[in-house]
Amino acid sequence: MIEGTDGVGRSTQIEQLKPWLEVEGYGVVSTRWARSELLQETIDEAKAGHRLNASTFSLLYAADLADRLENEIIPALQAGLVVLADRYMYTALARDRIMGADPAWSRDLFGFALVPDLVLYLKIGLDALIPRVLEGKGMSYWESGMHLALGKDIFDSFRKYQRRLIHELNSLAVEFNFTSLDAKRPIEVVQGHLREHIGRFLRSRKKAQQSDIVTTVEQPSESSETVDALVTQAAK
Amino acid sequence: MTGLYEPHRYPGKLIVVEGIDGSGKSTQISLLRRWLGAEGYRVFFTQWNSSALVQRAIRRGKKKDLLTPTTFSLLHAADFVDRLTYQVLPPLQGGMIVLADRYIYTAFARDVARGVHPQWVRRVYSTAPRPDLALYFRVPIEVSLERILSGRQKLKYHEAGMDLGLSSDPAESFRRFQSKILTIYDSVTSEFGLRVIDGSADIDEQQGLVRKMVRHVLRGAGPLTRTDAGSEQPLLRPRPALQEVGQA
Repeated sequence: MIEGTDGVGRSTQIEQLKPWLEVEGYGVVSTRWARSELLQETIDEAKAGHRLNASTFSLLYAADLADRLENEIIPALQAGLVVLADRYMYTALARDRIMGADPAWSRDLFGFALVPDLVLYLKIGLDALIPRVLEGKGMSYWESGMHLALGKDIFDSFRKYQRRLIHELNSLAVEFNFTSLDAKRPIEVVQGHLREHIGRFLRSRKKAQQSDIVTTVEQPSESSETVDALVTQAAK
Repeated sequence: MTGLYEPHRYPGKLIVVEGIDGSGKSTQISLLRRWLGAEGYRVFFTQWNSSALVQRAIRRGKKKDLLTPTTFSLLHAADFVDRLTYQVLPPLQGGMIVLADRYIYTAFARDVARGVHPQWVRRVYSTAPRPDLALYFRVPIEVSLERILSGRQKLKYHEAGMDLGLSSDPAESFRRFQSKILTIYDSVTSEFGLRVIDGSADIDEQQGLVRKMVRHVLRGAGPLTRTDAGSEQPLLRPRPALQEVGQA
């Protein structure tokens, strides 16, 4: 699961992670926020029509995530694949908070969502984010929080909105124990860090599973200890 | 979640009807709507699953069989909150009478019958104001089945709960699914204090009872927005949704 604010480079990173994981021998599926078969058009249309408030936004996003969970993510996990998700419910929690929805309500709403095994957070400050967005696809209406009428122009609004969004994501990072990566660094460096974390996690999981099987057969009494040892070793 | 159980504070009045398909609730609410209009009240009418926001997604989901109980529930909630924002709350704030054909109790009964967690649905709908009057039209399954099939050829896929795989025979599936809903409606009725009306009774008799209850609710109200001296033309004209009158 890769989280991070708008324009921080999540999709670029995921595009590069996919072939790498495949070469490493894993089956990979990627899934994107607000891109479910059921809701993609509805969400795009509603955004274009400026009809949404915090609650309807969240409900559509929740329906989008539920659709992808039930029709894509869970079947892929059951088949033993690695699922790379570009954003997850944390995006909705952060945006809801800024739009003034009750945080307890949003958390309960997303109560159906699976907890990801690993949340990699591409953390960036506002000053580093701005040039990146300007060089990229530019500032969009929603990513600038224009719906909240925060600033006198789009640039001003973008600054105010993204500052709040980054602040919310940073506190969610603590609450939900994200693994934070410095996203200011060049793309290749960030990619290297992502691979390190993902590789370590997958190896430890594999070893834990293997050792589980081996130890339960040969030395059942020491199984949990062995697993711990292997995980620590993998973490080094 | 207190909002679901406590009276709202808006100057307007919220009156809702509930019941399974073919219970006659839509007939009763359209008769009520005309009567209130004739009495000079300004009435706003809203109907379950009618907002443009999620119509496309629901249609697509039904056609391609993508819907699961969770997404089905969430899409209806999005429809509801959209109508709440634009159709229900403003008239209530403006002192009008709002009539709703189906309300949150439909979700509490239907979604739960599909296997969604009862507490979760209540939480999702927790921003909804409690109606001043919630009427539940109770009918036996056979009566509702007969009424629906006298109006059209076939049962609809979701209305018969065919998505749940209860039976390959639509009528049998309808009976099982709607019986489940009936049972849940009964417990929702006591939890939220819905007023039960015998939906198999004579139409005029039912309407008499409905008007009596509505009069009682309006008696306690402050000044409600009225049209000029009993004119039958409310300023805010709701979209026509009277097709079920003919069914009666």
